[in-house]
Amino acid sequence: MQNELKWRGLELLKDGAVDRILGWRAGQFVYDITPDVFTDPEDLEKNFIYNEFCGANLSKYLIAESAKEGKVAVFLKPCDTYSFNQLCTEHRIHRENVYVIGIECYGKVSVDALRQRGIDGITGIRSEMGSLKIDTIYGEESVPAMEVYAERCRNCKSKKHVVFDELIGADGEVVDDCDRFDMVEKLEQMSAQERFEFWRGELSRCIRCNACRNVCPACSCEKCVFDNPKSGVLNKAAADNFEENMFHIIRAYHVAGRCTDCGECSRVCPEHIPLHLLNRKFIKDYNELYGDFVAGESVGQMSPVADFTTDRDAEPSVVQKGGDQ
Amino acid sequence: MMYQIPMESLDRLLAAIAAQQKLYLPTDNTAGEAVYTEWTQGAALSKKLNTLRSAKDFFFPQIQNMAKFRREGKKIEVIDDRAEADDFCIFGVRACDVRSFDVLDNVFLADPVDTWYETRRKHATVISLACTRPGETCFCHTFGIDAAKAGGDIQCWETKDTFYLEPLTEKGQALADALIAADGELLTQCGADQEALVEKETERIHKILEKLPLYDLKAEDNRERELELFRSKKWKELSSHCLGCGACTFVCPTCQCFDIEDFNNGETVQRYRCWDSCMYHDFTLMAAGTPRLTQTERFRQRFMHKLVYYPKAHDGLFSCVGCGRCLRKCPIHMNIVKVMETLKEEKE
Amino acid sequence: MEKEALIPRIGVVTDIRRDTPDVKTFRVVGTDGNKLFTHIPGQCAMLSIPGVGEAMFSITSSPTLEEYMEFSIKKCGCLTAWLHQMEVGQEVLVRGPYGNGFPVEGAFRGKDLLFIAGGIGLAPLHSVINYCLAHRENYGHIDVVYGSRSMDDLVDLEEIKRDWIGAPDMDVYLTIDREQEGWDGHVGFVPTYVQELGFSTDKTAVLCGPPIMIHFTLEGLKKLGFADNQVFTTLEMRMKCGIGKCGRCNVGDKFVCKDGPVFSFDQLGELPDEY
Repeated sequence: MQNELKWRGLELLKDGAVDRILGWRAGQFVYDITPDVFTDPEDLEKNFIYNEFCGANLSKYLIAESAKEGKVAVFLKPCDTYSFNQLCTEHRIHRENVYVIGIECYGKVSVDALRQRGIDGITGIRSEMGSLKIDTIYGEESVPAMEVYAERCRNCKSKKHVVFDELIGADGEVVDDCDRFDMVEKLEQMSAQERFEFWRGELSRCIRCNACRNVCPACSCEKCVFDNPKSGVLNKAAADNFEENMFHIIRAYHVAGRCTDCGECSRVCPEHIPLHLLNRKFIKDYNELYGDFVAGESVGQMSPVADFTTDRDAEPSVVQKGGDQ
Repeated sequence: MMYQIPMESLDRLLAAIAAQQKLYLPTDNTAGEAVYTEWTQGAALSKKLNTLRSAKDFFFPQIQNMAKFRREGKKIEVIDDRAEADDFCIFGVRACDVRSFDVLDNVFLADPVDTWYETRRKHATVISLACTRPGETCFCHTFGIDAAKAGGDIQCWETKDTFYLEPLTEKGQALADALIAADGELLTQCGADQEALVEKETERIHKILEKLPLYDLKAEDNRERELELFRSKKWKELSSHCLGCGACTFVCPTCQCFDIEDFNNGETVQRYRCWDSCMYHDFTLMAAGTPRLTQTERFRQRFMHKLVYYPKAHDGLFSCVGCGRCLRKCPIHMNIVKVMETLKEEKE
Repeated sequence: MEKEALIPRIGVVTDIRRDTPDVKTFRVVGTDGNKLFTHIPGQCAMLSIPGVGEAMFSITSSPTLEEYMEFSIKKCGCLTAWLHQMEVGQEVLVRGPYGNGFPVEGAFRGKDLLFIAGGIGLAPLHSVINYCLAHRENYGHIDVVYGSRSMDDLVDLEEIKRDWIGAPDMDVYLTIDREQEGWDGHVGFVPTYVQELGFSTDKTAVLCGPPIMIHFTLEGLKKLGFADNQVFTTLEMRMKCGIGKCGRCNVGDKFVCKDGPVFSFDQLGELPDEY
């Protein structure tokens, strides 16, 4: 598939159809891939990579890239297209400057999942019939790919691209039985005390590096309240644990209704805090209270809490009252 | 002098150390990463290559309370509630982190001495552990660190059936003596045969190191090229997709920038310091603006500091120990190795 | 337990003077009524109010004053606004002195000195000028060129008139940006005024003021024939610790808090221009 993407990218650059390609740049190892922009066909030919470690969602980079002059082509996996639409809804992306190439995706591997199996000293990884053959300096290992997929891929919600200008590979379907709310349900069944302890435990590991916020396509404020020394909630001022916990909860509230469940927050967390569960709880509540709602499914759709209607609002009386005055 | 103990008695050794002083060792947390935790009966030494967070936390914790103040009318009271620390022992520190203490010492122990750091440092005994299974992200060799001889107050090796200890400092020897005094049968002195086995283990590790993909990475002395590198056009490309988070900084064993802030609980004001990151946009922000306007300048600062500024100020010592944590934790995999390689190309 | 550099001492404000609409000078002593510490002209100290903030300020009084220290502070942020509303008797937290200070016993000795300041930039120079006046025999002729937006923005104008203008072997040139009623002195920007005055190049120059003023004045001095090692300035960066540890005020391998704030332009020429 890498060759198809590369070939198409080269064609677009050489034709002058686009000025830049937003994709993935190969690193030192098979997995340390950096999102990057290619303008030079030779550079693209040599350094572009696409493999099972290209997990990064490129949509957020389009906030900056699409504001520049000229046209940029971007490769988006199905889940990334939801973020893209959502950012278009929020007027963060100049749609006319972007050429979206949807790419088929079966799931992306988490290198941390490999390490947790004790695999280290990795020198190469090959995909073979649903399993990964891993060369290490200590010998060869083999792992079923499914087992080392990132969490979001194991519970993939959609293989369907909600937006594309062209597609490489086939378009899939929304996965209705993705089980992505299983863990949320488990948490809901816990007693308040158990749940509190679960989150205190998870969040106590937070080092306030802000990777979750900075990678999040829904966190696109130009200046975050947690970066404002005058706000009294300065990002680094984790004066006690409770404040640390509040950071993530406030962030979850802020992205509620706009979070597409792309899972980048959990992917980048150096401490493996399952931050996506906070967002999923909101998504599940939205679905239950307001009917199924998928952020980013289409451009222009309003989040249920930003779009009051008497017929589906959980508290129609509130809407009514406002209307009467 | 070298000592040994059978691997199956490692728990006994840990218990014996813990009976002398507080003992911290890497154990696996619920997320499957190794973290330093205080030893309790049954705690198992992690088999992971290294801890997620570095050992700098012991001397330079993420949050450090400094002093309390009370304000009443026009009066201010200063409450200096520093307490003398108890002795403690950090077990299983890898060679890279041991070197990081030298890097930090140069900053915190320089005049005027940082008394919080100094106190913790004085009270700590560092028991290092040779790396039995280095990973592909390791490049301590680049900075002249020997993963097979980890240093510290006592350096150790673990083989399949035997655990070896070699005190290197007075503090290390004192701990070994105390252990022996408490339990004469715990440690056995090594004979020439056993010392040869340790030498063999060291060679085995060296052979593995040679196979590592970053083994040939060279750290160049760029002190003379400060301005040239500062002005390099490469910083823009390298930093173009940096998220501006602090993950690299916070897992780094040598990053030591901090902020000082006040927390007002209504009654007293707690002044504390906390880790800060030069990658953050408000790091150098003043009322008048900031000299580092974009992520490019912030990114450049971090790597110039590690590879040029720090070595310039400290006799050529690099402020990187090749532990590879940033290689593993950067959300976009932009790291110091890629920077070093790119700056090298620039020269060619 | 030994003294910790980062834990401040208590100072008491014993006098407050309004210098300009947005600059006040605060006199500070220790709780025992004595001066808190001795300093070199150009050194700074950290002042703080718990819960409000802490920041680095230039010590504007001369070290030769043995009873107290003074800080001339412009109101521009959270902490400075708080300091401006306090009354005599208020306690503040002080730590220092920090930085290298001016080479008054080195490069300045025996030299003719030319001080050029703009606005609040006089604050760090105030200390060194008074120091030189107190040790008059060690220094040659002293020139001061000082400009501000308006007459009201000239810091310490009273003291300048009283102690500096007319002092032997000293010339003071004041200027304001625009014409103003009641002002019969020079009108114009500092860099241009320096050009007009055209100083001889055997002097050692010290610049302090807003970046734009420094930029053009330096250019002008170079045109007059001054060399980089003859011109000194002070830098300002965000600081937290003041002792070269917190890592935020570095310019290359130098820390402004510890190795600065005073640099000559030939020193700055060797450093990355990121300040």
